[in-house]
Parts: sequence; structure tokens; C-alpha cells
Amino acid sequence: MAAMLLTMLFIGVAMVASIGDYHKLVALHRPLGIAILILAIVRVINRMLTTLPPFPPTMSPLERRVASASERLLYALMFLLPLVGWGMLSAGNYPIVMFGPVHLPAILPVNPMLYAVLRKTHTILAYLLFLTFLAHLTAVLFHTLVIRDGLLNRMVPWPVRPVSPDGDASSKSGEASNS
Amino acid sequence: MKKPFPIPGFATVVVIVGVVAVLFVYAGGWLTPHALTPASFVNRFEQQNGVHPGFRRNHAKGVCVSGWFESNGQGAELSKATVFEEGRVPVVGRFSLPGGMPYAADASTPVRGLGIRFMPSKGEEWRTAMINLPIFPFPTPQAFYDQMVALAPDPATGKPDPGRAQAFFAKYPEAAKAIKLIQSEPASSGFENSTFNSLNAFQFINAQGEKAWVRWSLEPVRPSEPTSTAHPKESDTNYLFDALIAGIHQHPLQWHLMITIAQPGDSTVDASLPWPPDRKRIDVGILTINQVESEDSSPTRDINFDPLVLPDGIAPSDDPILSARSAVYMRSFTRREGESKSPSAISPAETEK
Repeated sequence: MAAMLLTMLFIGVAMVASIGDYHKLVALHRPLGIAILILAIVRVINRMLTTLPPFPPTMSPLERRVASASERLLYALMFLLPLVGWGMLSAGNYPIVMFGPVHLPAILPVNPMLYAVLRKTHTILAYLLFLTFLAHLTAVLFHTLVIRDGLLNRMVPWPVRPVSPDGDASSKSGEASNS
Repeated sequence: MKKPFPIPGFATVVVIVGVVAVLFVYAGGWLTPHALTPASFVNRFEQQNGVHPGFRRNHAKGVCVSGWFESNGQGAELSKATVFEEGRVPVVGRFSLPGGMPYAADASTPVRGLGIRFMPSKGEEWRTAMINLPIFPFPTPQAFYDQMVALAPDPATGKPDPGRAQAFFAKYPEAAKAIKLIQSEPASSGFENSTFNSLNAFQFINAQGEKAWVRWSLEPVRPSEPTSTAHPKESDTNYLFDALIAGIHQHPLQWHLMITIAQPGDSTVDASLPWPPDRKRIDVGILTINQVESEDSSPTRDINFDPLVLPDGIAPSDDPILSARSAVYMRSFTRREGESKSPSAISPAETEK
């Protein structure tokens, strides 16, 4: 899903600057966005049904708060970006084409100013998502490659052994959420 | 005992994060500021015409119409789009003049545009933006952009700079050829007897999955007449629109929707190349326009006639101009939808005349 999000961000940013490939990118962007929305719903249900693996002991209370907040922000943006995109096309009186004959209904009334506002919102939220993603990536890589505390165990369903003897190997959890 | 700081690990973090960030910036075009983007086209239109809030950046002057398309069912052999099933489909549309000046004089250009939105009760809608030229004058988006710069009127003389124009046509001989062909057919006397063409090629896919490359045209039922020799007075700013409005009030205006089918070798990626005149053409139905309304009150002002809003059964070609049109229209749409709207040259009083 991280790969999908990143792909989506790249398609989005390339699309608005693109001339000759614009239509191919848009045709990918719409269904991929809806797929992310559906997966985001699955994730939230999964998260409600499972217990989160604990943070490694190397993280201070402040770091844990920041990490949790950034996770919540990522979740919020995963929902908001597709919804704003869908709503924006609805307000702009555009059909919401997925593929072939499959298209989605409008979720907002046609309104030019609403379209313009949502279009801008879509861009701002996308940049925010990219920055949040980058911060998240930096933190995970830093923990894995520099602190070596096995933080990756919280994210992946396979075990990652902490390399540092200071790390807490016992934090390896079977309940890791499948990122 | 403290372990040494893992420099290779730290370097890896920096490199990975840096590469992702740089790739993102590159994908967004920030590292190639001179590459053409949809915004460069819209900016160029704004530079040339000024910003007229609420108006389209190109084809700014126009009037909204509505009516229906009566499909005769012949198109169903070519495309599974529901619009081609026998029966009536409501349409809205917009007649326009090219250029970014919303109050331009109608006599300023022989080029005319027509956007149509087909709205079948089931299946997907179809939008098309056509002009009255048989082919597009410029082969690529870059050529189109370059002509906006090269053929722009010099503020001192009001005419394009001859040196620049010459350099442009030397660089794009295919544009010179296309323009010569366009000029060999003089424009008709009005909107109501103009033929409007899709320009770009599209692919039709029928229920059996058979594919055909096509271009389409709206051919007027009214006989084409050359522009009257008595040239309309420059002061008669809206003479084309007034004639269109009077025509619609008098009797609904009609066009045949003609589908031209390509043969192998006909270009589907370059709208500046004509297809030979002997290509098979199929009349798939009649478009009837019976109502006209000013942009000031019509919701059609806020329809983007994006040529890539296509139903299942019509697919885009790889013509970069087609993709560029969609991208640039979208950028223009995004800008104008957020602006307060100024009154249209074709006012409600004008459309009721």
C-alpha cells in the first residue's frame, strides 16, 4: 500500500505537468485513488480489530507521540485525498470514470467555486501527504539502519532482528499490522 | 560500551530519502522549468489576451445551446457507446470563437468552435470540442506553443513579425502545408452552415470488440455558403452570433454526425495530416439545436468540453495534441472556475432577440 501511495503521488505530480502523457496518467490516477480509499477502509477496520505492536524501548515518550500523530495524519490523508478528488470531479460536473463502463456517482452537487476550492485542497493535501510520507520513511530508516532497534517489526509481517545489542529483541510481535 | 555511530547506515538513510525527494521534484517538472506544461499554454494565452476572469482562456467568446441527437443506429456497428443506439439523446453545447478575448469582433477570425456534450440516460456521457477547420494547423503541442509566440501580432504593427513567422514555418514545414490546405477551403458564412470536425483521431470499439480508427464531423443540413463578399462591418461585433441566434429562433438547426473510417496508413497521431477524401463515411444521426442561452445564465458555461470525456466504446488515440488539449482545458477550467464571472459578450438580451 505504501508503494501504491507513493506511485499515486508521483502520478499526480507528473500528471499536472504533463502534456503528451496526461490522459494515460489521469486514466490511472482515478481508479488507483479509489483503490487506495477502499484499502484505507480495510486498514482502519484491521487496525481496530488488532492490537498495535509496542514501540521499541529506544523511543522516548515524545518520539512515540510524534510517531502516533504522524500515523494518524497518514490515515486521515489516505481517506481525504481520494474523497476530495472524487468530490472535486463531482463539483466540476465531470464523470467519475473508473475503467470501461464502470463509473462512480457524484458525491457533491455541481458548483464551480466548490470545484476550484477542492482542486486546490487536493494539491495541498497531496504535498502534505508526500512530506508526511517522507518524514515517516526517514524515521523508519533511521531506526532500522542507524539506531537498529528493530522498529520495522511494527510494520512488516515477517520478523526483523534488531542488530544492535541495545535493542529489545523481545519486542518482536506476531500481531504486526501488515503495512 | 557505546558503539560507534553507524556512518554507512546514516548515509544510506540520507541517500534513500534524498533520491525519493529529488525524483518527486523531477516528476513535478520543477527541475525542467522550460519544458512545456499545461500551465505554460494557459499562461501564454493569458499573456497574449490578458486575464478575463471567469472566461475560458481560449475560445473565450461563446454562447450556450441545447437540443438533442437522434441516433439512427448505424453507429452501433462501429461503437458500443450507448449514444449510438437508435434513439434520442439530450445534448448541450457551446458555439465559440477561438482566442482568449471574450469581447472579440466576430469578423476577427474565420475559425469557429463547437463543443457538444451528449448525455444518454444510460451509459456514459461523451464530450467533444470541434472546430470548422478540416485539419489542425499544427502537428505537435510544441509547434502549437511555438506559433503562439512566433505568430502573435507585434504590438507596434498589429501584425505578426515576418521574420519570426518565416523562421516558424521553416522549422515546421508541415504547419505551412496544413495551413495552405485549410486556406484552400474558404470558411462558410456562419455558424449555422459550418462543418465542425473532431480533428484528432479516436478509436471506436464495437460490441464484438472490433476496433476502428475514426475522425468525426458535424455536417450542416443548411447548404454551405461562402462568406458574403459584403464584409460585415467591424462595428457589427456579434454578427455571427446574432445570425446563429436568429437562425435557432426561426427553425431548429441541424447537423449530420458523420464518422470517417481510417485505412491503414492514415495518421492517427497527427491531426495536421488529412485523410484521403475517398474514405468510407457513415451518417450515424442528426444533431438538432433548438435552444440558445447566454453564458450569463446557462450552466453550460461551467462545462469543460474536455475531448477525453469519452464513453465506453470510444477510446483516445495517442495523438499528443489530444492529450494536450485535455490537459490544457483542465488547467483553464481550474483557473476560471475559481473566479467571479464577468458578463458574456452575448448577453441574455442578445439571445432573446
